[in-house]
Amino acid sequence: MGYHWNWGILLSPVPTGETTYLGWLLAGLKMTLLVSIPAWLLALAIGTFMGILRTVPSRFLRGVATVYVAVLRNIPLIVQLFIWYHVVPEIVPGGQAFKQIDLPTQAFVACLVSLTLFTSARVCEQVRAGIQSLPPGQKQAALALGLTLPQAYRHVLVPLAARRIVPTLTSETANIVKNSAVCSTLGLFELLAENQQVVDYTAQAYEPTITVTLLYLAINGLIILLMRQVERRTRVSGFIGSAP
Amino acid sequence: MRYELDWSSIPGALPVLLAGMKLTLLITLVSIAAGVTWGTILALFRLSPIRALSLLQRGYVSLFRSVPLLLVLFWFYLVVPQLLRSTFHLSAATDTRLVSAMVGFSLFEAAYYSEIVRAGIQSVSRGQVAAAQALGMTYGQTMRLVVLPQAFRHMMPLLLTQAIIVFQDTSLVYIMSLSEFFVTAYTVGQRDGRLVELLLFAGAVYFVLCSSAAFLVKQLQRRLASAST
Repeated sequence: MGYHWNWGILLSPVPTGETTYLGWLLAGLKMTLLVSIPAWLLALAIGTFMGILRTVPSRFLRGVATVYVAVLRNIPLIVQLFIWYHVVPEIVPGGQAFKQIDLPTQAFVACLVSLTLFTSARVCEQVRAGIQSLPPGQKQAALALGLTLPQAYRHVLVPLAARRIVPTLTSETANIVKNSAVCSTLGLFELLAENQQVVDYTAQAYEPTITVTLLYLAINGLIILLMRQVERRTRVSGFIGSAP
Repeated sequence: MRYELDWSSIPGALPVLLAGMKLTLLITLVSIAAGVTWGTILALFRLSPIRALSLLQRGYVSLFRSVPLLLVLFWFYLVVPQLLRSTFHLSAATDTRLVSAMVGFSLFEAAYYSEIVRAGIQSVSRGQVAAAQALGMTYGQTMRLVVLPQAFRHMMPLLLTQAIIVFQDTSLVYIMSLSEFFVTAYTVGQRDGRLVELLLFAGAVYFVLCSSAAFLVKQLQRRLASAST
């Protein structure tokens, strides 16, 4: 086939001259992290809240949380993304003002919102499973000590559950970075979109794509290492998986 | 001014949407069949006493699980067409997108399926293997006749849940602009200036199909659980 390898292309300047092609890829990496990290933190907060609602005694609140999860888990991420970007600004009051903002910001906001909500539903299910996996005695003991239900959640159930689900949250953390690649379809210049652009400009397909693949592998490895530290620090002694 | 919803372009578009859904299901089924097959082989690699094979599975799984599906699709968009053209001497005009998409999906999902199958095999009690060997079965017979049937029974709910995920993931062939369900809905919406309605419709269809499937999987899980006690 005779593919002409040219790794030097990555270090040559882009047409406008302000950076190199590698610079474009790194800008993409920055955007990937810029959307993934806030989305992850928000998803953690919302997911924990919804996860608690999934386990409360009130039938109504449980129902609300169940519908929330069902909607967000049964519609593909790209469809949700397009709905947040194309549909919501049209039908929600004040949406017209949103459409006045510049396009990259619109895309960024839509990506942030949909990644956050999509991931929050997954976090919610893990928090629910974490809370439900606790022995019922924990809640009973907390209530018997005179804690109110919200106090029991705040001081006993959620802290214990959170520390138990750290290992499963590791894969969700990695997932949100991978899922952010879908944002490239809205024209958000994250890693994958920058890669596409470099391929288009240089007509060298393999060098940038291999670089981007390695960058994703590196992020993934880093997340696993980081979460392993978190796991080690937050282990609860006396539970399965803890050091003897 | 409020947006006026107008659903009138959907009835006329139903035939193309249905054709799109057929393509979606085709990609889903092929990826599941190929993914489970290759995933099972990989799982057997992992559990085999040959170190090289076990390392191969580990490398394969961690590679595919570390990168986004879209990147994998992009790779296959790049690699498979050239490969097909040079092996089958196709002209440059031949449309290889569907084959590329299917190969990409199958190889990607195989990484996830192989981990499910591995867990399934490991959930079969050791006594079963010992008994099969005591009866004089070879390794192949033990796996084929004793271990795998039980393993698949255990992991049926997980395999089906993964199948629902594959079904949702097929919407990502958007980047190859293959006219599967989501792309068709998007195109019709663009054409008629009714993107809002078509996207809501697509979302509703996915929601109904996936949540009914998830409900059925839950029923099956319950039945399997009560059958085993």
